[in-house]
Amino acid sequence: MKALRNLLDKIKPSFQEDGKLHAFRSVFDGFETFMFVPNETAKARGAHIHDAIDSKRIMSFVVIALMPCLLFGMYNVGYQHYLAIGETPEFWASFFYGLLAVLPKIVVSYVVGLGIEFTVAQWKHEEIQEGFLVSGMLIPLIVPINTPLWMIAVATAFAVIFAKEVFGGTGMNIFNVALVTRAFLFFSYPSTMSGDKVWVNQNYMDCINGVTTVDAVSQATPLGQLAAGEPVSASFCDTVTGLIPGSIGETSVIAIALGALLLLCSGVASWKTMLSVFVGGALTAFLFKDKVVDNFEWYEHLTVGGFCFGAVFMATDPVTSPRTSSAKYVYGFLIGVVAIVIRMLNPGYPEGMMLAILLMNVFAPLFDYCVVQANINKRAKRAAVKK
Amino acid sequence: MANVIKLKKGLTINLAGRAATEVSAARSSKVYGLVPDAFCGVKPKVVVKEGDVVKAGDALFVDKLHPEVKFTSPVSGTVKAVVRGDRRKVLSIQVEADAQQQFVDFGKKEVGKLKAEEVKQTLLDSGLFGYFLQRPYAVTANPEDCPKGIFVSTIQDMPLAQDFDYVLRGQEQDFQCGIDALAKLAPVYVGVKAPMDVKNATVTVFQGKCPTGNVGVQINHTNPVNKGEVVWTLGAEEVIFVGRLFNTGKLCLERTLAVAGSEIVAPKYVKALVGARIGDIVADNVKKDVKVRLIDGNPLTGLKVCEECFLGAHTTEVTAIPEGDTADEAFGWIMPRLKEFSVSHTYLSWLFGSKKEYKMDARIKGGERHMIMSGEYDSVFPMDIYPEQLVKAIIAGDIDRMEALGIYEVAPEDFAVAEFVDSSKVELQRIVREGLDLLRKENA
Repeated sequence: MKALRNLLDKIKPSFQEDGKLHAFRSVFDGFETFMFVPNETAKARGAHIHDAIDSKRIMSFVVIALMPCLLFGMYNVGYQHYLAIGETPEFWASFFYGLLAVLPKIVVSYVVGLGIEFTVAQWKHEEIQEGFLVSGMLIPLIVPINTPLWMIAVATAFAVIFAKEVFGGTGMNIFNVALVTRAFLFFSYPSTMSGDKVWVNQNYMDCINGVTTVDAVSQATPLGQLAAGEPVSASFCDTVTGLIPGSIGETSVIAIALGALLLLCSGVASWKTMLSVFVGGALTAFLFKDKVVDNFEWYEHLTVGGFCFGAVFMATDPVTSPRTSSAKYVYGFLIGVVAIVIRMLNPGYPEGMMLAILLMNVFAPLFDYCVVQANINKRAKRAAVKK
Repeated sequence: MANVIKLKKGLTINLAGRAATEVSAARSSKVYGLVPDAFCGVKPKVVVKEGDVVKAGDALFVDKLHPEVKFTSPVSGTVKAVVRGDRRKVLSIQVEADAQQQFVDFGKKEVGKLKAEEVKQTLLDSGLFGYFLQRPYAVTANPEDCPKGIFVSTIQDMPLAQDFDYVLRGQEQDFQCGIDALAKLAPVYVGVKAPMDVKNATVTVFQGKCPTGNVGVQINHTNPVNKGEVVWTLGAEEVIFVGRLFNTGKLCLERTLAVAGSEIVAPKYVKALVGARIGDIVADNVKKDVKVRLIDGNPLTGLKVCEECFLGAHTTEVTAIPEGDTADEAFGWIMPRLKEFSVSHTYLSWLFGSKKEYKMDARIKGGERHMIMSGEYDSVFPMDIYPEQLVKAIIAGDIDRMEALGIYEVAPEDFAVAEFVDSSKVELQRIVREGLDLLRKENA
């Protein structure tokens, strides 16, 4: 590491304001702080000691928490593919098939998003913000496997620029960036984002296996079947293990639970938000259980579609959630309620999680306002009594 | 029976190098210096010239806006220099100490028989009034105000802070006399760790983690400051100064300082006067093998100083920690970093128990970001105030909102622990100071 440190110190001047490579200053800074904890010390006045935590570590932990979903998602992509073409899905074959299918999406999402982040950081003379490390991993996990790469690129660019950078970057955005990407895809290219033909990979990967699936494979998700009023073919057990069609990272409750465990143990995600999403969702599903098809129990709503994934990784986004802890209960609860209400009462959209979270992102400041205003009123009343 | 208030929010930061309970005298300094910056909110007007001969208790400078508030020399001697910086700002007034100390005689007085005005006048003349702080704005008190209370916290729970119970030993009479004098001016509230026999004051027991010992936290829980109200605060050791003044008629600004920190060879207590040279206080007690940061005060709220600097007026400890600017720690975002302390469970320090001592350096350990994580400040802010919203109002310069959110009740030091835990590394204390200064200017 000493050699690397020396190398960085040697080339650092070229990246500074008057150096030859100053156009890449933000890239160099990003790389340097990624390799080494900044040696910068506290100013003369103020706190001289600081907690070892920083936003890089927090974001890294979320990315690590997403790994079980990613790895399982890769396996499931291959599994669904082999199942659809009538072959027995073998473990490693399925996994490598999925790996090759998913990897380009991750690369595209990171290259486009981080590219914009680096450019903006350079332009604003700021450090690179780590928020996109998480968004960039979430984006491939919440799209159907058949989403074309160019669509992911366009949607990611739209979300990073218009949902984040125009507001001032990570920490200032109102909407969850990954969900804006998905919403952009959902409303701009509905045919590639929903329906029965988007969930099984059937195109550019097939040459690897020497098998050609001429037509798109039709495979309905449990939510698609529910929306159509058909009996759900997947059992409760399938929806928990996750070997069902769906967006890449959202199908396995077990993988999501592993991620949730890490997020909760490390305290990175708020248990208050997470718990209340499940409570809100369960309660609503229970109250509307008459509207569900015969072989589908109310609690199965929590295991299908993006409910778990949204509750664990999206609703708990600290920036777009309320800032005060009591508001988090209301926020989470209403996400659960709205998601299930959209699923059950709106014939247009089989899944409601994305819209529920985006809607509550809008309301989060209002919930905070109510909590903070109560404190303000209390103080005003105290002052009035004294007079 | 004293009222007991238990506070849940807060954080105990266990730094290595706590002062052992043994006390020695500091090396006597040749030159003592009074630093006007240590008296927050004061515009200094120097009233001595180089070469003037002063006694301990003679004014060196006064407040331009309130010339009756004097700031007096801790020692007798000859004024050696009035050091000025940019735009002729007074940085320090240095006095070369006599071998034989002479004191201004303020007259030994029996506090019980004095009137409030007489007490205040004696405090103003002796310069001790300059040690009073006020809320709102956390600045040096204005003698024209009529405070609704005077608050004293005897709890020192900042990392490496002095243990006031130890400092108090043998000075109980002076402390009580000081409280009696304060009680002449306004009702006195004393915050203590364990029930303590203090007369003429409302005693409240506070139990909790840092910053429970902050007087601001205690005010918030006993008699919060509303808009238009003023309270005064005085450091516990400064109450002893007041007691000494009335008991002896002399100004004696001798403190029992904790000299502590991982870079101090033998952490202990040292008796020294306000304005003493830092180098004489730490003497040869600082480790030489690494680059050391000397702090006038504790590592959360203090001021970085050098050996040639002078002890600040309100300072109760001098600490030394490693600077750490050559640490070159690789892959901080993923390594276990077992030696690091963190409230975050992404590190394992929460498994090692609260007794383990940590050696922390002065690195910020991350880049400054917008506020990302929520609830971080709130978990270490034991006041009925929303710290994050208040800080955001200050950043936005929204005066009405600052008032509504309770800026009159806070001081920068109340945000010190929040600044420590902040993963976005925002300089909260600087922001709060700027907010307070802005409001003070607006309301003037």
